[in-house]
Amino acid sequence: MTEVPTTSPDGRPRRSFLAALGAVAVGGLAAFAPVAAAVVSVFDPLRKRSADRDFVRVTRLSVLPADGRPRKFTITDDLVDGWTTYQDSPIGAVYLRREGDSVQALNVVCPHAGCFVNIAPSGEGFACPCHKSQFALDGSVSDPSSPAPRGLDSLNVEVRDDGGVYVRFQNFRTGQKDKTPLV
Amino acid sequence: MSDLLDWVDSRTGYRALVRSALYERIPGGARWRYIWGSTLAFALFVQFVTGLALWAAYSANAQGAWESVYYIQNQMLGGWVLRGIHHYTAHVTTVLLALHLMQVIVDGAYRAPREVNFWFGLALLLLVLGMSLTGYLLPWDQKGYWATKVATGIAAMTPLAGPAIQQVLVGGAEYGHHTLTRFFALHAGVIPGLIVLLLVGHIYLFRRHGVTPKNPERPDGWFWPEQVLRDSVASLAVMATVLFLVFWTGGAELGAPADPTEPYSAARPEWYFMFLFQWLKYFPAAWEVVGAHLIPGAVLAVVALMPFIARWRLGHRFNVGFTLALVMGIAALTSIAYAEDATDEGFAVAQERADRDAERVRTLAASPDGIPVGGALALLRSDALTQGPRLFAANCSQCHRVDGHDGLGGIPEDPPAAADLAGFGSREWLSGLFDADRVGSDEYFGATAHARGRMVRFVQRGVPRFDDEQRQQLQKVLWAVSSQARLPRQAIADSVDAAAIAEGFELMQSEPIDCTRCHVFRGFTTEDPEDVAPDLTGWGSTEWIMGMIHDPADPSYYGDDNDEMPSFGVDEILTEEQRQLIAEWLRQEWYEG
Repeated sequence: MTEVPTTSPDGRPRRSFLAALGAVAVGGLAAFAPVAAAVVSVFDPLRKRSADRDFVRVTRLSVLPADGRPRKFTITDDLVDGWTTYQDSPIGAVYLRREGDSVQALNVVCPHAGCFVNIAPSGEGFACPCHKSQFALDGSVSDPSSPAPRGLDSLNVEVRDDGGVYVRFQNFRTGQKDKTPLV
Repeated sequence: MSDLLDWVDSRTGYRALVRSALYERIPGGARWRYIWGSTLAFALFVQFVTGLALWAAYSANAQGAWESVYYIQNQMLGGWVLRGIHHYTAHVTTVLLALHLMQVIVDGAYRAPREVNFWFGLALLLLVLGMSLTGYLLPWDQKGYWATKVATGIAAMTPLAGPAIQQVLVGGAEYGHHTLTRFFALHAGVIPGLIVLLLVGHIYLFRRHGVTPKNPERPDGWFWPEQVLRDSVASLAVMATVLFLVFWTGGAELGAPADPTEPYSAARPEWYFMFLFQWLKYFPAAWEVVGAHLIPGAVLAVVALMPFIARWRLGHRFNVGFTLALVMGIAALTSIAYAEDATDEGFAVAQERADRDAERVRTLAASPDGIPVGGALALLRSDALTQGPRLFAANCSQCHRVDGHDGLGGIPEDPPAAADLAGFGSREWLSGLFDADRVGSDEYFGATAHARGRMVRFVQRGVPRFDDEQRQQLQKVLWAVSSQARLPRQAIADSVDAAAIAEGFELMQSEPIDCTRCHVFRGFTTEDPEDVAPDLTGWGSTEWIMGMIHDPADPSYYGDDNDEMPSFGVDEILTEEQRQLIAEWLRQEWYEG
């Protein structure tokens, strides 16, 4: 244990107090700009927005199995990553499932923690390899003990007159009950 | 609260630490002249804070370094201020270091028992200069790239181990990804780590010996708060200077991305290394090692030995004189370097070009296509506005001109020997060709073998006799031929005059203009197809111009009548991409921003 001085050692407390106040204020002012510039730039990612995408053509309706078995497709679109712009590049994947003339599109990302969900070995649903969530073919949670807070995220699909299947690709926030698009 | 602090103190002893850090007795009291060391500590603090934030956004690889710095500079909120503070604090630090060192020498503060701390200070000086040197490369722009090539080249001249040192620094035989990863490791890891270690030692030794009092008869004072207040005011002045520089200059410069294949005559080190740059000019090849290593090494040795030199009777005076001579020498070399650059026309041109490239690549990077995967350099390399004039000046300007110059603004000594191609493809260019006074001038065919050809004869003798109606027909023909160029700048006029243009195409094949008497047009000519003037189908289009550059002696261009023009494609002088860049540049086709 060391003795701690209770008064300023030179015996002129008042002047010392003003000097101390000044030293802290002026020193703080000097450090403000660099620290502020650093903090602002470190929090710059909060300003970033996810790309707002249009429908992109994924495949032809005729290649989708008529019996409702899902098939995985890669979505190709332009991608801006930081300073790089990738033209026509894979940006994500979907499961497409045909029922009659309508098509359902599911994002492959597990809504629990973001793993890539597989088609279950039985072919009768989807299974997450990470925390074992189970989903039915329509994307809903099939096993109540699954940690996933919601079913697989469905995406907007259009089957157009040219026979093409068009998907509006989006990613969603994971780990919550509501399906909130990443913006 | 006080119980909690008591507990923390009992476990850590922090109060004693704070007390010993703050309540240091200063013999003779706090003084303004003791601020220099503290301003340097402040500057290093600023560099650590801003450096870490820059690190969080920087990518050390040859296709991402320039691009990530571009992103910091132009897209990140306040990024240019952050980088500006880091950049200009580095400059200010160099000045503060010089002042600190000079003061220590002049005051004799290196004398016993402070010799070891003097060496700590010298080592810190070298490390900070090492920070500047390594930091200069990291943006991977032309300036940093070429300046660092020189610096590592000098390292390679080190006797015996030179080439090995260079190869280890550069991360291989060639500059690239590993040069950046290594320089970044040095700049953000190795050197700052050493600086922190030495700084701790420096401050510890300083505390052990205390300040070197100027007039000890004054009453003693305390570090806290009297000296800290002065140090804070000085630090604020340092930051104010830095911020002034940042906002006055608009932030740190970012040149065009490094390009090993593009000459860069504007390569210069940062201003505080300019004296070395100038110094090395005086040493011929065999003596380089003397100028770059032996003499600077000897000077450093003298400075390091100053504490011992000062033991002699006139030793201290010698040290001060030596320092003064050194400062004056550095100032003289620096001013000579800048004076030489100021009168060097080539340097001014190179600098202008460097600025233009830097500006241009920023425009291209901000285009909707953004920066491609290959990096920003690809933008400049495939940009007609940047490459067109260079290719034209190097390959075409021996004979051709654009607006009377060589493409880059220079006027070649020899007079033109072929047509001026400014506005080639446009209606204006064609009207000049059909002007009896101009077709035989240097602007068109005057200096070529075609000056005595049928075309010139037709324009000089036939066209002046045209009546008003025939003149109108001629105008429609010109518009029709020019419309084939599909010039972006003429698109509106071409669509407005569509009817006249359609008529013009008809008139091309009938008297009195009758182009097809000599030319082929859409596969038709009245002449022997083997012996005709250039095919006018698609005249002025990118493909037509590229074909002409590829092989003017091809039967669809001048054939055997080709005058002096080389077959740039056939003879493998210009690649297809280069021919396209020239064609697009002549057609003024490029991204405007």
